[in-house]
Amino acid sequence: MTTLKDRRYAHEDRSYHSARNFWSGFLVGLGFVAFFDETVFHQLLHWHHFYDRSTTDVGLVSDGLFHAFSWFATVGGLFLVADLRRRKAFWKKRWIGGIFLGAGIFQLYDGTIQHKVLRIHQIRYVENVVIYDVIWNATAVVMIIIGAYLVAKTRPKM
Amino acid sequence: MHDHHTHEAAGWVWTDLAGFLPFAAAIALYISAAILSSRQRRKWPNYRTVLWVLGVLCAAAAVTGPLAERAHTDFTAHMLGHLLLGMLAPLLLVLSAPMTLFLRSVPVSLGRKTSGLLKSRPVRFLSDPITASVLNIGGLWLLYTTTLYSAMHDSLLLHIVIHFHVFAAGYLFTISMIYIDPASHRTPFLYRAVVLIAALAGHGILSKYIYANPPAGVAPQQAESGGMLMYYGGDAIDVMIIIILCYQWYKAAKPRTSSYEMKTSEGAVQ
Repeated sequence: MTTLKDRRYAHEDRSYHSARNFWSGFLVGLGFVAFFDETVFHQLLHWHHFYDRSTTDVGLVSDGLFHAFSWFATVGGLFLVADLRRRKAFWKKRWIGGIFLGAGIFQLYDGTIQHKVLRIHQIRYVENVVIYDVIWNATAVVMIIIGAYLVAKTRPKM
Repeated sequence: MHDHHTHEAAGWVWTDLAGFLPFAAAIALYISAAILSSRQRRKWPNYRTVLWVLGVLCAAAAVTGPLAERAHTDFTAHMLGHLLLGMLAPLLLVLSAPMTLFLRSVPVSLGRKTSGLLKSRPVRFLSDPITASVLNIGGLWLLYTTTLYSAMHDSLLLHIVIHFHVFAAGYLFTISMIYIDPASHRTPFLYRAVVLIAALAGHGILSKYIYANPPAGVAPQQAESGGMLMYYGGDAIDVMIIIILCYQWYKAAKPRTSSYEMKTSEGAVQ
């Protein structure tokens, strides 16, 4: 039976766990983008290449680390959600804000540093790849703005 | 394709049943221990026995029989064998809790000696996630980026040593990350998570390196498919370790009281 007192506790809990809500969303968002990138752009569309001969060594390391981290982030982020729920401290709006920020920041990093500077691979192997780059990074910026807005709107009340 | 001369020169007669004998013995030993131990104590869970059998079969498939035979000439088959022997077999065997079964089955004095050994400093050093990862991933870098890989095909002794190392390092790596059997030197979750990510990255980077730089004696096309198999196969098995590791954290981090009360009484969580 949920009483008024329980609800008050839940509210205090989510404020108390606001950082965990944010980071859980951030990790899931980052993991989701990496997973989406792998399934859609690598496997389904075959736009991305497994290995581009112009990749720098730093690019190879950066790609490997981010890939491993995103794999862990997806699983770890979801377990954090389960943890927040059992603590009755899940804060959906802030969590979604974290998702957008994590997804946007990773997508922007991927689209600028990894694709362009480290030359891991291009979005698609066509002549006017710059159009793809602009759409890719603009999407990332939009996600960051949405995420930042949601996170700013959900400040913990202590 | 098959170069029978080099096979005979290296003395390859592993495809016959004799190669499977040690694995059959390992299965028989575990099952007898499980049956005897179930009579004396609480019943040993059947799923653990199933995991052990599957794990032993994965390891056996990598070193004897048709797949192992193909691995001498086909790099992709070799890589499948590597995934089975160095990653999947260790994971399945770790999940079957062989040390727990061993300690249940042997006389108390031997059990005490064994746990003493497990608590010793060398075991502590070896079972640290960093040591285990260096032995595991470092060993693979050594194998595929030096002439070791081609040397392995010319020497039976080297072949056996390397395959044993791949399995043992994979097992050590798995027990350093997830705790199924008694582990006397436990390390913090975050430490294991960071090392696991680094090791997973090392595995992925090596896969792509192999894709672009075939080991000596491997055709470029085979290196490409082998590298991709290593990359995605490694991901598939590593995600199981990640899930188990996170689940163990989830269980260990179970809150005893409402976190609000904890905050007001202790001022800290976790």
